[in-house]
Amino acid sequence: MSPVVTAVLVLFAIALVCGLLLVVASKFMAVPVDEKFTKIRECLPGANCGGCGYPGCDGYAAALADGSEEKTNKCTAGGNTVAQKLAEVCGTSFEETVKQVAFVHCRGNCEVTQKKEVYQGTQSCKAAKLLFGGDGACQYGCLGYGDCAAVCPEQAIRVIGGVARVIPSRCIACGQCVKTCPQKIVSLIPEAAAVKIACSSKDKGVPAKKKCTAACIGCGLCQRKCPNGAVTVVNNVAVFDYDLCTGCGACQQACPQKCIL
Amino acid sequence: MMSGAAKLLLITFSMIFTENYVLVQFLGICPFLGVSKKLDSSLGMSGAVIFVMTLASAVTWLVYTFIMVPLGLEYLDTIIFILVIAALVQFVEIVLKKYMRGLYDALGVYLPLITTNCAVLAVTLLNIEENYNFLESVVDGLTAGVGFGLALILFSGVRKALERAKPPKPFEGLPITLIAAALTSMTFMGFVGIADKLFG
Repeated sequence: MSPVVTAVLVLFAIALVCGLLLVVASKFMAVPVDEKFTKIRECLPGANCGGCGYPGCDGYAAALADGSEEKTNKCTAGGNTVAQKLAEVCGTSFEETVKQVAFVHCRGNCEVTQKKEVYQGTQSCKAAKLLFGGDGACQYGCLGYGDCAAVCPEQAIRVIGGVARVIPSRCIACGQCVKTCPQKIVSLIPEAAAVKIACSSKDKGVPAKKKCTAACIGCGLCQRKCPNGAVTVVNNVAVFDYDLCTGCGACQQACPQKCIL
Repeated sequence: MMSGAAKLLLITFSMIFTENYVLVQFLGICPFLGVSKKLDSSLGMSGAVIFVMTLASAVTWLVYTFIMVPLGLEYLDTIIFILVIAALVQFVEIVLKKYMRGLYDALGVYLPLITTNCAVLAVTLLNIEENYNFLESVVDGLTAGVGFGLALILFSGVRKALERAKPPKPFEGLPITLIAAALTSMTFMGFVGIADKLFG
């Protein structure tokens, strides 16, 4: 037999054996994949943003498939369309998702907030906070080095004038920025929210105002003016309960600091 | 002629340090740069590489000695090894999925990824070139994997430090990573010559 024929035959034989082995293996050792899981997974957007509270879309799909999770409206990135599809697949009734967006509870930009030091270290909020709690006079405010912008998968956050701003139309409410912010001043609020507090300062009125002219001074006017009891002043800063808020705007008009947007 | 155990020690030392596949022989650079961003992913990748290299060394040695040598097909080693390694990785993946779910999940996406890793092919080819016996081949595969893992884990630490550093603008990202890789590689060059003196 000529060497060429041997070579071809042997290679062919090895390939055939390998192929057969794989066929047999996949036949006899197939792990049955839950059909429900595959169907659910197909409905999800696959952004793996973690907004549902599970590690990625696979995690949420697995939880839905094995019944440990019942809510089909947890996918913030997919919104109502995905919730509808999931409800169909799981055979549960459709619940509307509340579209949420991230919001930075601070508007202490370079003009209104005093600086207490000059920071020249690593350009990261986390690092800046380690050095005497950041360079801003207000220890609660946005540090402005954009850690949130860096983790945002949708580039929905910009640092403008030393304070982070979320672009609501781009936000998919995955909550990465909420987790990342060392100051804990980013939170998810309903997109439809008519009013929101743009300050997180726990300082009392006078010191708060000295550090930042845009600060909430905890005067409590909003709390008194609100007809629905949706605003309470906790630790010298207004807190909203969006289940009660009707969006009348009374608090906004009453606020002497104009820090309710 | 050195004794068997001494030779195994020499192989171990040289594969991890003096002949390190990534840092000295520049094989498997793609996964080295791709997966070394985080420590946990580099651990996963190293685990998968060690696993596959050891298995591939064993299987290809058997195929070479008992099929290719008798038929006089030594010159087909590259193509047959590629075929065997690819099939082997697929097979191992199926078996792991069925019987060792924990390991399968831990190795995750890295297992199929290294089918195409040139370092794995290189180990098997060099085993043949060096005329290693079966045990030596397996040890060679195992320790080459460990060397790969060491390089990956060390470099993930270097990259963590790089993230904090602020290089000049043109060097940001990949350029500074490559420079750092070169420096790490140079440190490993320092081991050259030690192995022969130690075990020779």
